[in-house]
Amino acid sequence: MNILVCIKQVPGTTEVNIDEETGVLLRNGVPSKMNPYDLYALECSLRLKKHYGGSVAVISMGPPQAEAIIKEAYMMGVDEGYLLTDMAFAGSDVYATAYALAQAIKTLPDVDCIICGMMTTDGDTAQVGPEIAEHLNIPHASYIKEIHEVHSDHIEVTMDMDKYAAEMKIKFPALLTVTSTIGTPRLPSYILGKKTEDKIVNRITLKDLNDQDPDHYGITGSPTQVIDIFPPDHTQISTTWEGTSKEIASNLADDLIHRKIVMR
Amino acid sequence: MNYHILNESDIEVLRGICSEQRVHIKEDIHEDFSHDELSGTYHSPEAVIDILKAEEVSEIMIYANTQRIPVTPRGQGTGLVGGAVPICGGIVLNMSKMDRILELDEQNLTLTVEPGVLLMDIASYTNESGFLYPPDPGEKSATIGGNISTNAGGMRAVKYGVTKDYVRSLEVVLPDGQMITIGSKTVKNSSGYNLKDLIIGSEGTLAIVTKAILKLLPKPHSVLSLLIPYPSLQAAAKTVPLLLQSQTDPTAIEYMEQKVLECAQEYLGKAFPHTGAPAYLMLTFDGSQEDEVKKRYEQAAEICIGQGALDVFISDTEERQESIWSARGAFLEAIKASTTLMDECDVVVPRSQILTFIEFTKAVEKKLDLRILSFGHAGDGNLHVYLLKDDLSEQEFESRLDRAFTLLYDKGKELQGLVSGEHGIGYAKQRYLSESAGPVALTLMQSIKKSFDPNLILNPQKVVGEIIQ
Repeated sequence: MNILVCIKQVPGTTEVNIDEETGVLLRNGVPSKMNPYDLYALECSLRLKKHYGGSVAVISMGPPQAEAIIKEAYMMGVDEGYLLTDMAFAGSDVYATAYALAQAIKTLPDVDCIICGMMTTDGDTAQVGPEIAEHLNIPHASYIKEIHEVHSDHIEVTMDMDKYAAEMKIKFPALLTVTSTIGTPRLPSYILGKKTEDKIVNRITLKDLNDQDPDHYGITGSPTQVIDIFPPDHTQISTTWEGTSKEIASNLADDLIHRKIVMR
Repeated sequence: MNYHILNESDIEVLRGICSEQRVHIKEDIHEDFSHDELSGTYHSPEAVIDILKAEEVSEIMIYANTQRIPVTPRGQGTGLVGGAVPICGGIVLNMSKMDRILELDEQNLTLTVEPGVLLMDIASYTNESGFLYPPDPGEKSATIGGNISTNAGGMRAVKYGVTKDYVRSLEVVLPDGQMITIGSKTVKNSSGYNLKDLIIGSEGTLAIVTKAILKLLPKPHSVLSLLIPYPSLQAAAKTVPLLLQSQTDPTAIEYMEQKVLECAQEYLGKAFPHTGAPAYLMLTFDGSQEDEVKKRYEQAAEICIGQGALDVFISDTEERQESIWSARGAFLEAIKASTTLMDECDVVVPRSQILTFIEFTKAVEKKLDLRILSFGHAGDGNLHVYLLKDDLSEQEFESRLDRAFTLLYDKGKELQGLVSGEHGIGYAKQRYLSESAGPVALTLMQSIKKSFDPNLILNPQKVVGEIIQ
């Protein structure tokens, strides 16, 4: 089975600043890392390769420095890496990002399955994966928590639907997004890092795509208008009670009910 | 030693010092106050008092000293040798509610804290403020007062040293109720006997710590760990001296074996990022520059590979660090959960003797048919060896335990090691300290105890044994 994993470089810390005028994330000088959710997609793919054979490739869209996460994927056992990078893609929203990735995937050798992390830590939309599949017109399923069996033309999986689970068979080629229950991600190997030090990261630019109309990419290709970006409110409220264990427990229960955290 | 047993009028006096709600007696005393995490030592106190300020400790000690009431200070009760168990009854001072961080002095790089502040809270506070408090024991829910009492070490001891090296000053209450401050924010001190270092590690037998000024360092910008699987424990252990001799300056060198890792995986219900190797080393490197840290860890990686390491895995993000260090932090609880009862040996040997000692534990395991698991700080020679009861009868376990401890501590002494690296002597290990330290040193220790506490009311029958007056 040939698998393609979509990965993204995200800020390595939650302490990022935002340009107040443009609402754009200030990435300069901020350490970066591979999106932690993508590590589960990689782990899942590398385990499938070990079990069923085939290959695992990764693709990422981002600036040239995003090459670092593809090199990191090589250190984890990935066979091939592609970086979709062009100034024309700058400022892409979810729709334009998914469109560009779908266009790039069409230029690659055939894959049976595209696997993505369930979301990114900087975007939080969880939509890019499914939108890639829509652009490619292939079946997709999100929040896959378990893969049972791979057949020549389909895959059997369990989808986490929060309050219940759905078992399904999906025909290839397909796209899945996986959750963190899929398996603990392996760490990058120093030895593999040495072996793949000179391994090339394949670059894909606008001129390599079938649709080369720049208006379909970047800010102009993005229907989303960002009005404001702000960090989530982390206000903490602290309450201290004194009294006997029973009194304290009763105060705590009343408070939780009052805040609608638990129901009576 | 005959102590006064608390009566109603004593309780009235204590409730006059603290509020009524903070003096617990009889069924209002939680069972937790009669034991610690491991030692198998049980004794209920007659009263537990939640302490909020040093002056209360002072007043209680003045009264207890006059009445000859035993007093045992207690933090979170995470000790492993019965140090906070009130063996002679009396009063337990619950210091865990004195839990305020009082001052961050950025000019002198110090943090002033009350004794009940948890280690995890110090770590998160200093981290957010751009500083590092280096001592890093596995038990993050322990109080700083408890850490000072046992002179806890932890995983960064290889590079940074132990708790003693990071305490600038202590405010303490003596057994007769006097409050004194020893040490100061100064870096140097050559002013008389070092009482501060005498109290650190004295396990609450000499004085009660009510405030501590801790030394901080600037937070290193770059921190990274390596997880290194080995085909054998021997290969892993042989790498340690080479790493120590190298210029790689590791912050931590921990070792663990597959069996311990399996316990942690089962206990935490999550898989480790790598499994299947018989032994592992875990190294940490820190520094101000990412490139410089990289150079050092790459040199260390080459040393490990040269000694037969199967691979070297890099943990360079918060999530990866969490995935390996959360398992390491859970080893004690995980081993505990894998058996019915256990006891531990916290021996410390010269670093060159680690392998000899670990191999000896395996010989003891075989000889006595007693399951033994170990892990520990390979970089500083401090091993945590756990002896497990499993299905043995209580009598049989006690018998094998006794023989095993004798063999292990004798071997430790033969290798020029010491009884405890960081967990202390408390109640449970006094016999072995007595044998290891010898009569002259023990008598000196008992004299020190008597100088501080002539009525022997503060945490009696701990560390230096029962003293006949």
